[in-house]
Amino acid sequence: MHPILKLVAQRLALGILLLFAASALIFGLTEILPGDAAQAQLGQTATPENLANLREEMGLNRPALTRYTEWVGGMMTGDMGNALSNKLPIGEQIGKRMSATLFLAFWAALISVPFAILLGLLAVRYLNRWPDKLISGVTLASISLPEFMLAYILIFIFSVTLGWAPSFANIPPGMPLLEKLHSISLPIAVLTMVVLAHMMRMTRAAILNVMQSAYIETAELKGLSTFEVIRKHAFPNAIAPIVNVVMINLAYLVVGVVVVEAVFAYPGMGQYLVDAVVKRDVPVVLTSGVIFSAIYIILNMVADIVSILSNPRLRHPK
Amino acid sequence: MSNKLKLLSTKVNNGTMTRREFMGKAAALGVTAAVASTMLADAAYAAGAVKGGTFKLGVGGGESTNSQDPATWASDAPLAGGYIWGETLVYPTAAGLDAKVAESWEGSADAKTWRFKVRQGITFSNGAAVTADDVLATMKRHSNDDSKSGALGIMKSIESMRTDGDVFELTLAIGNADLPYLMADYHLIIQPNGGFDDPTAAIGTGLYTLETDEPGVRMTFKKNPNHWAADEMGHYDDVELIILNDATARTAALQSGQVDSINRVEPKIAKLLGRAPNIEVKTTSGRGHYVFIAHVDTAPFDNNELRLALKHAMNRQEMVDKILQGFGSVGNDMPINESYPLFDKAIPQRTFDLEKAAMHYKASGHDGSPIILRTADGAFPGAVDAAALFQQSCQAAGIPLEIKREPNDGYWSEVWNVQPYCASYWGGRPVQDQMYSTAYLSTADWNDTRWKRPEFDAMLLEARAELDEGKRKEIYSKMGRMLNEEGGVMVPMFNDFVDGVSSEIQGWETNPSGPQMYWHSFAKTWKA
Repeated sequence: MHPILKLVAQRLALGILLLFAASALIFGLTEILPGDAAQAQLGQTATPENLANLREEMGLNRPALTRYTEWVGGMMTGDMGNALSNKLPIGEQIGKRMSATLFLAFWAALISVPFAILLGLLAVRYLNRWPDKLISGVTLASISLPEFMLAYILIFIFSVTLGWAPSFANIPPGMPLLEKLHSISLPIAVLTMVVLAHMMRMTRAAILNVMQSAYIETAELKGLSTFEVIRKHAFPNAIAPIVNVVMINLAYLVVGVVVVEAVFAYPGMGQYLVDAVVKRDVPVVLTSGVIFSAIYIILNMVADIVSILSNPRLRHPK
Repeated sequence: MSNKLKLLSTKVNNGTMTRREFMGKAAALGVTAAVASTMLADAAYAAGAVKGGTFKLGVGGGESTNSQDPATWASDAPLAGGYIWGETLVYPTAAGLDAKVAESWEGSADAKTWRFKVRQGITFSNGAAVTADDVLATMKRHSNDDSKSGALGIMKSIESMRTDGDVFELTLAIGNADLPYLMADYHLIIQPNGGFDDPTAAIGTGLYTLETDEPGVRMTFKKNPNHWAADEMGHYDDVELIILNDATARTAALQSGQVDSINRVEPKIAKLLGRAPNIEVKTTSGRGHYVFIAHVDTAPFDNNELRLALKHAMNRQEMVDKILQGFGSVGNDMPINESYPLFDKAIPQRTFDLEKAAMHYKASGHDGSPIILRTADGAFPGAVDAAALFQQSCQAAGIPLEIKREPNDGYWSEVWNVQPYCASYWGGRPVQDQMYSTAYLSTADWNDTRWKRPEFDAMLLEARAELDEGKRKEIYSKMGRMLNEEGGVMVPMFNDFVDGVSSEIQGWETNPSGPQMYWHSFAKTWKA
């Protein structure tokens, strides 16, 4: 077997084990939380009778282990079950929410990743001159502001004052793509501003590191232009660390956008998970948690594989 | 000059002059924008409601866990949506009760037997006729032995129910003159076969029908042309309910014109928002109140002198000014205010008096150990700040109040109704009897101050069956005074409902039962 295929297989097996561990951990934590789904639903209208009836209906009276193994069994057979709170099928709900989250993450990534790498390259090209300082200054300032603050500033300028973009991102099914993009323009802008600095600075640092090498000096002495040197010789050798940072940021775009989703009332996974935690809807929390973990594991795996592929020494081990 | 203005405003209505021109001409006549705007609104009202358009309502208070099953409703968004597709037997207004599914109702002389006549010829949105059996089944689903309904608590007093032709009849163990108000509870939306077949089907008798439902995101509705009052109400073609839980997002959506109205405008920005062009802030004094509740059976709160000391040490006006920014009124250590029918205005208002507080504290003989007040951001908006203000004024009276901040998560299951002294809120009830029965009757499930007085219970039951309003008022007055003097409930303030509304919206009314004209803004307003 090719060593890379073997590695992928190993990592996949490990990933599945990790998912089990994550689900057990999440289940354990939800058990520690005070109250249960029945109590959370009835709130101030709970009486001993309706509480008992609701617990019975939700099956909360059964032992924790039974409930957990039942959920695991369902997942194994591809049945995510129904939510405790509104009894809607979890699979269908997550499908809608996840596609909204991925839609936003996809467009934010499509804009921010090339933009960040380009800015990083530019910063190296004009190292310590004003373009470098401007790029670093602006991106660092935007990463330093909390994302909800950035969101409020953009809403104030672009929707309340200028009226160019909607203040909340509404993407009902059947909306044409261009309208959808218009609808999520502000969340994309906020997410881009948040992830830009990290990727840009890493690109800049990684390339600068490579630029110290002897072969770069050779390339320069050959008479190549600075940008050519960066593009042909420095960048391919700096891919590994850049890909790692890009993957971390992609993962953030999928699983870390709860605050941005809340501010723009965007119907993604974040709000769904938070509501489920508050309402103690354990099957939903478990399923969402496992999906988030899977995204992290897969993206990390991709980053590792790309690092290996980009390095001839790792690609062809002795 | 006013005749001239009136003439101009009618021109706007019949379309020969734009709104902008009108405002300009009015300004030229020396009229302020606010007055001109009101004139325009009055003229529009006189001209009658305009049909058509879409009403977009931004609602704070909805979760992705929400269901269309009325039995599960506990937050604003599902109940707001429920009133759009469904109706209860009766509906509370500022003046009393409006007839909805019940065309008329009457009680027996002892107020024990109540008969509700089901409106004739009305249908559910699936086309089926509404019968008394549907009403009976609905009430059964909310009150039978395996009911999971949030309305179960208020249905307990019903002894038996039956139908008699087109009449739904219920009998109580003890007479209750206010029973029709109980039937106005928002859980009791009338559903085909009571919702036993499919509680989440959202089939009801409302002015609109549910088109799409994305829990925690939005609901859309289409006009139901077969509604019995489709001519007088439900002027819009479509209604959209958009969940906007973030306060800033909600306000921005209103400011940018993406929604026509929002609930829960934060008091601290309400005045600023009111100054924004094309937006009006509507406040409604309601029956909702913020409370600090002490268990009267637990030391040290079992000592009335200590409770009186705490009550006197509370600077209510300061809390209304600082926590509610003036959007509310001071409370008087009872859950009742003048928004309730039969309220006795003669009950003296407790004032902030540090000397009296110190005197009562001394008389209580408290050992000086810290008195712990539990609070959380989620207890009521501003609860942590209110507790801090309370602590300061207590300190000035020499009372060692200590604040323990609890997490929002789990507050209602772990702290409220469990710990002896904590911050909380009540949404209020349409009538005094229901408020007292919910939380101050010895046997009430939500007796969160452990107030168990046989003489108080006796008065409550006596007032309940009393049909003479003068006598009832007298009894309620006594009960109010008793709680004010000895109760465990400390009521610093009654909060107003604050809504933000686009100036385009006409026909706004207030309803003390809740925000957004108690969720009927969709039914009674129109766009000018």
